Amino acid sequence: MSDRFTRVVGILIDSLPKLLRYAATATVPMTILSFAIALVLAVLVAMVQYANVKVLRQICRFYIWIVRGTPLLVQLYLVFYGLPSLGIMLPAFPAAVIVLGFNEAAYLAETIRGALESVSRGQVEAGYCIGLNYWQTMFHIVLPQAFKTAFPALGNTVIGMLKETSLAATITVTEMFRKAQEINGRVYESLALYSEVALLYLLFCTVLTFLQRLGEKVLNSKGGQLKK
Amino acid sequence: MSMLEVRNVHKAFENEQVLRGIDLTVDKGDVVAILGPSGSGKTTLLRCINFLETADQGELIFDGKHYDMHAAHKREIAEIRKKTAFVFQNYNLFLNKTVLQNVTLGLTAARKISKAEAKKIACEALQRVGMIEKIDSYPVQLSGGQQQRVAIARALATNPEIIYFDEPTSALDPELIGEVLTVMRQLAREGMTMLVVTHEMEFARNVSSKVVFMEGGNIIEQGPSKEFFENPKETRTKEFINFILSQGEE
Repeated sequence: MSDRFTRVVGILIDSLPKLLRYAATATVPMTILSFAIALVLAVLVAMVQYANVKVLRQICRFYIWIVRGTPLLVQLYLVFYGLPSLGIMLPAFPAAVIVLGFNEAAYLAETIRGALESVSRGQVEAGYCIGLNYWQTMFHIVLPQAFKTAFPALGNTVIGMLKETSLAATITVTEMFRKAQEINGRVYESLALYSEVALLYLLFCTVLTFLQRLGEKVLNSKGGQLKK
Repeated sequence: MSMLEVRNVHKAFENEQVLRGIDLTVDKGDVVAILGPSGSGKTTLLRCINFLETADQGELIFDGKHYDMHAAHKREIAEIRKKTAFVFQNYNLFLNKTVLQNVTLGLTAARKISKAEAKKIACEALQRVGMIEKIDSYPVQLSGGQQQRVAIARALATNPEIIYFDEPTSALDPELIGEVLTVMRQLAREGMTMLVVTHEMEFARNVSSKVVFMEGGNIIEQGPSKEFFENPKETRTKEFINFILSQGEE
């Protein structure tokens, strides 16, 4: 028993720097990059719908319909294993980043659209009446307030995406979870290793939750309480 | 020459005719009160004049220039809006901006005035409405009356040729109406041209120079305030005035 215990502890200690290294080189960068793509795309899609741009609006609805109606895992397989048949070959890491970004953007776009629409129409009209044009009104009045409204949801999105990067393991991206699988392939200590990797995800998510709360506090200290 | 004139303004919402051919003239220095029962089209008229709604038909003459109210170009609308200001029933202050920023935004962003100069102009405007002490507050920290006074300062700061007021006291608690009316009375005295949709009879009678009475999308009667209240010509106008006066006495 104690031999087994010592062995497991040894494996855990041994694997920790390796797991952290892959968290730093894959899991975290993948989260940041795919979140950046998701955010930019979601804001664009949300603004097209907010402004009711005719043809683009239909395209955006179609995109949201497809992405939300299919599983992320299937999307990853389609892009990484399927698209090469059409001559589109993406390396695993960029494929994962793009799929994660495009997937999350569809959900985030709806959140951001709601946040944009929560800014009262009257403030927009007031912006026009003092001589601002459409973009000035968006930039000075609508977007800052929408950002504040959407911020908690953005925090949740980042947390969700951090965990979803583990799915990239299925398309050969060596990130934190796949590294744990690899190590386990040699030492066969599933419970210990997967518990360790679970705790690491928990740790990262706890840090993100803390940052989210901090951000909310900073935002709420400006402009009085959150109120329409 | 009149400063503002509209001719034959028509507007319908979903087949419901709201404005049925309105003609209206405002001269420089006029304070025109638009009265009428709710649903008479007064607010819609004001919103059409500032292009917040697009009229189905109508002509606007502003500073001698003619504009098609149904098909005015964006550039034309922007040109008119830079010379006018609008005060809303619900104040519509920018909730993410302080009192000072609410007033300076139209100067710095829309008119490219320097920050320092904008602040100076804004402070003067806030002084005029008695809100200078609150320049660093956010709108949610103010009472309705205070918010509306800031909204008036925001309008004043852009040095408009005319200010449109859309029921500026209708959303206020009774005890807060006075402070807003005092500011408006002071503006009228200083010669500001104002077009005011209102239910405040006292204001229409004693402050405004002209009264326009609307009902069912038509102007029923218009004329100098004194004449309108003391010697109304139309039966419907008499009924309206009597009704309002009897309400006031209760």
